[in-house]
Amino acid sequence: MATNLQATVRRRPPPTHRLSLNDPVVRAVIYQIVVVGGVLLLAWYLIHNTLANLETRKIATGFAFLQREAGFAIGESLIEFAPADTYLKALIVGVLNTLRVAVVGIVLATILGTFLGIARLSRNWLLAKAASVYVEFMRNIPLLLQLFFWYVVITESLSGPREAVNLMPGVYLSNRGFRFPTPVDHPVFSYMFVALLLGVVASIFVSRWAKRRQEATGAQFPTISASIGLVLGLPLLVFLLAGAPLTMDWPTLRGFNFVGGASLTPEFVALLVGLVTYTAAFIAEIVRSGILAVSKGQWEAAGALGLRRSLILRNVVLPQAMRVIVPPMTSQYLNITKNSSLAVAIGYPDLVSIANTTLNQTWQAIEGIALIMAVYLTVSLSISAFMNWYNKHIALVER
Amino acid sequence: MTANPTVQAKPQALIDGGFPAGGLMSLPAVQWARANLFSNWINTAVTLVFAYFILKGLFGFLSWGVFNAIWSAPDSRLCREAKGVGACWALITEKYRFILFGTYAYDEQWRPAIVIVIFIALYVASAMRRFWNRNLVFIWVGGLALIGVLMWGGILGLKYVENERWGGLPLTLSLATFGIAFAFPLSILLALGRRSRLPAIKAMCVGYIELIRGVPLISLLFMASVMFPLFLPEGVTFDKLLRAQVAIIMFTAAYLAEVVRGGLQAIPKGQFEAADALGLGYWQKTGMIIMPQALRLVIPPLVNTFIGLFKDTSLVVIIGLFDLLNAVKAAIQEPQWRGFGVEAYISVSIIYFIFCFAMSKYSQKIEADFAQARNR
Repeated sequence: MATNLQATVRRRPPPTHRLSLNDPVVRAVIYQIVVVGGVLLLAWYLIHNTLANLETRKIATGFAFLQREAGFAIGESLIEFAPADTYLKALIVGVLNTLRVAVVGIVLATILGTFLGIARLSRNWLLAKAASVYVEFMRNIPLLLQLFFWYVVITESLSGPREAVNLMPGVYLSNRGFRFPTPVDHPVFSYMFVALLLGVVASIFVSRWAKRRQEATGAQFPTISASIGLVLGLPLLVFLLAGAPLTMDWPTLRGFNFVGGASLTPEFVALLVGLVTYTAAFIAEIVRSGILAVSKGQWEAAGALGLRRSLILRNVVLPQAMRVIVPPMTSQYLNITKNSSLAVAIGYPDLVSIANTTLNQTWQAIEGIALIMAVYLTVSLSISAFMNWYNKHIALVER
Repeated sequence: MTANPTVQAKPQALIDGGFPAGGLMSLPAVQWARANLFSNWINTAVTLVFAYFILKGLFGFLSWGVFNAIWSAPDSRLCREAKGVGACWALITEKYRFILFGTYAYDEQWRPAIVIVIFIALYVASAMRRFWNRNLVFIWVGGLALIGVLMWGGILGLKYVENERWGGLPLTLSLATFGIAFAFPLSILLALGRRSRLPAIKAMCVGYIELIRGVPLISLLFMASVMFPLFLPEGVTFDKLLRAQVAIIMFTAAYLAEVVRGGLQAIPKGQFEAADALGLGYWQKTGMIIMPQALRLVIPPLVNTFIGLFKDTSLVVIIGLFDLLNAVKAAIQEPQWRGFGVEAYISVSIIYFIFCFAMSKYSQKIEADFAQARNR
């Protein structure tokens, strides 16, 4: 009855399909056609010009150049690379170098930033002030300037390998970079890696089982210590069973440089230190505001339930702080990845640097820049997708 | 610092000799130190360790940067002798005009110096609430026109200086200021477009914003330096500075659009409905009801975006423009002054720091004022 009444009240005269500019629908369509048409016209104009220019400059379009021989050497690479390899392989080296510095940078910046954020909230005045002075300085100086600074500190202020700073036995810091000992490869290492994977899988099963048991019976299980034990213990067990076959390759000074061990180049160290110290300042602010966003009542309520302080932090405060922390943290992770492109300025062979060399040699500017953008978009979208998934995972489940 | 409970001890009545009644321990400073520095043994240990390192670093820096430093020298001989012991500020006293003004005609450098002052005056005027009205637009148009006249010259008896010769701090300020001035209207359109109900327009705005935000600024600057020339018809060229400026505007507009969108989303629905009920059209509603409120809300993040932009202008080094950072980099490329990069970069970072720190303090203050106004 009610619906009938509503229907009669709401009935309007049938729409007259007269084309009039007063009709919002007609106007919407016209606006959109005009805007889209304008953009398409502009795009056509630019493409037309570009094709004409490429024609006169005798530049071939397309990605065929990727199969040609690169002809330049790359300072550092995670995979084997020789000048005789193709441009495609050079660019892959670049992508790997970008990912390497981004991943290591994200992990280190998160750790440093979290410590700084907590330090800013410390009851110790000196610690809190020191952390806030650090944050203010780092945030207000351009990253590129900081990268130049670190690079100059390493290459100009540190002395040569002969007078290298000896941080720990076998660890040297000189103007050729950072040199440290590495274990000599042994077949048992691959078994240890398998054991590590097994440990990860086992700890996932254990934590699932522990959660089910706690929900069913209320009995707690030390999941975190058990997981750490499994992940670290299994490889260690394999290692000890094999008779601990560890020999280290120590760096030694021979002539003008070190041999043995492994090294990080000055470019990589400067980029990593710059990215980590800069981004950590931003992460510190995010962590601080996340913890401050959890109301005091939560601490008090959890305390009234008789929970220990560490349990309160882990089970009550942090899960709520994470909801505030994760979205801005995502954009900081994206920033590290994008800012790693500043590597080109200090000569670390990341994707932008190698693509830049490539397009200078081949004149394939459009393809080169399209490749750079495509790779960064892919990485950015992947990080966003992962962090969105994680954010959903920890989000408040509301009724 | 909300986390630091400051001791609210009233100063004890001072008895003769200047010592308080309860002995040394009841002095407010001592009580404060006990509460904030030495409350338990962990805190005491942290304080002592930190104090040691901070003092050591401070003394090291002072002896290097002040006591043993070379403040002025016609060439780098004295500096080389003091290397490692004292800083070489002589590099700055010798080359400060090159660092500040780049390769701008030496006799005409009073012009960029005035330009720097005008830029700062524009920022200060924009920060004052008394100018938050239509007058601000006139102030900006007038200021920017004056800056153009001073930088280019060619009229009023000023010598013409082509913009290939511009450099140093005025270039940094120009890139940042013109960047925000042109990106801002563009970003409002993009933000409105992203919230539009017209699917084609919305899709284009979303695509643009997400594409730009997903790639690094460097890739846009490279695009500006190598791809833009291909876009133009045969024979038409525009110089590198303008191309970099266009790339910066495109980049900033995408980030600003998200800031503006944040403001738009914070406007209650009732405002839109009330404007509709008054019979206002879309542009009247947006221009008179929604935007004034939304923009007011986003002033703090807007300032933060400007700080980011100010720092990001240093990236034009990579395509070879002579901004402040590149000027200092070029100054230490000179064989005579090679090896004093640390001093050079510290000096320039002070300039960047002063600008960015002042802006960030301002943004924090505005945010606090707004929060106070809301909580009243």
